[in-house]
Amino acid sequence: MLTCGFADPVHDAQAAFRALLEATARPGTIVSLPQSGAPQPLPEAAAAIALTLCDRDTAVWLDACLATPSVCQWLRFHTASPLVADPADACFAFARADTAPFGSLSTGTDEAPERSAILVLLVKGFVPGRVLRLSGPGIETEKVLSVDGLPSAFLAWRAGNLALYPRGVDVLLISGNKAAALPRTTVVQEV
Amino acid sequence: MNAISYNFAYLDEQTKREIRRALLKALAIPGHQVPFASREMPLARGWGTGGMQVTAAVIGRDDVLKVIDQGADDTTNAVSIRQFFGRVAGVRTTTRTEEATLIQTRHRIPETPLRPGQIMVYQVPQPEPLWRLEPSRAETRRLHALAEYGIMHVKLYEDIARHGRITLAYDYPVLVHGRYVMSPSPIPAFDNPKLHRSPAIHLFGAGREKRIYAVPPYTDVVSLAFEDHPFRPWKAEAACALCGSTDTYLDEIVIDDRGTRRYVCSDTDWCERRRAQGRPV
Ligand SMILES: [Zn+2]
Repeated sequence: MLTCGFADPVHDAQAAFRALLEATARPGTIVSLPQSGAPQPLPEAAAAIALTLCDRDTAVWLDACLATPSVCQWLRFHTASPLVADPADACFAFARADTAPFGSLSTGTDEAPERSAILVLLVKGFVPGRVLRLSGPGIETEKVLSVDGLPSAFLAWRAGNLALYPRGVDVLLISGNKAAALPRTTVVQEV
Repeated sequence: MNAISYNFAYLDEQTKREIRRALLKALAIPGHQVPFASREMPLARGWGTGGMQVTAAVIGRDDVLKVIDQGADDTTNAVSIRQFFGRVAGVRTTTRTEEATLIQTRHRIPETPLRPGQIMVYQVPQPEPLWRLEPSRAETRRLHALAEYGIMHVKLYEDIARHGRITLAYDYPVLVHGRYVMSPSPIPAFDNPKLHRSPAIHLFGAGREKRIYAVPPYTDVVSLAFEDHPFRPWKAEAACALCGSTDTYLDEIVIDDRGTRRYVCSDTDWCERRRAQGRPV
């Protein structure tokens, strides 16, 4: 049996979008997303993002531990998104932080930097772990964000991503039903 | 009770999803114009269908909506857009800037300082700041990609050579986050500084031109200028005839058939609040 999606598809999608809009506009702010009826092992927030933003126009890539038959079936049923085998083809890539294909994702083009991937990155939690100091658009001075389960390769990759601007990958960190955004403009440093 | 024959906030979910994706990308690339498949809205074009589509994709049942045209809440355009969203989304509407969570606007940014939690939605007729200088869309895309804005500086400098100053009073181009030259929409240059490091979110929708762009909070928005000709926005050298304000944007109005002119605040909500606080002339 397929698990259900949003209980109230129109209003839950609106609430999820507004949370993601605030998160993207204010990088490092942790937001809660509505219940999404996610099938294991897809976290609630990842499923809410898929229900809110993915459809037949957005290619989705799942890493090996997420690409179970039940997750693939659920995504096809609720979003109709094509599931792609190569992360370079993805509009949305869902991956665990320790195995994410950072360097393989699309960064858009100089003329169309928006044609890049959004990386939905599964982390262990937003509790003391790696302490990040964030700055850039959306942040008045500086913001501190603690993320548990972020590999050190992430910081090196972010520095390279920033150097590509305006091309680049935008990141949504998620854990459980929580999300925080690190759009391409955010400068990420370890405290 | 009649059956509701349209979706919440009028647009279908597929259309909203596409606009929502464009809005997130627009916030991630401040000032960059993101294409979207603009739809028809049930109001005549030129009445801000781009802004209405952005509002429809963003609005939720808990929002409080304000709509301003010029600086006023009571023009036909503002009233009909406000009534439209009151009807199709069932939201509360207001004329008070500080009560609003969502403010759709044409021509002005409110005088009342914006705060976190507020979203401005601009109705944009022409999103391309280079359009008067370079008619080809393919070429302006290339110039933005290269950050090649020489023609804009030449145009502004010619203005100075001819008139002794930059004469643009509206839609005065800005540089966003040090990268993209952006049209702030037809707001007076007087309002440009309100975009710089604003605590609110600013979303721009151009329906006819099918473009969405954005300025996140606390983002550098600098009006183009030269060292020897700094940005100096025009404002009437007068006080509001109703509230006495000298630091707001004023409209010149004719008050009788002999052509007598007076200046009044363009932001009617701000002017009314100021008078209510007992500061009449
Ligand atoms: Zn006044």
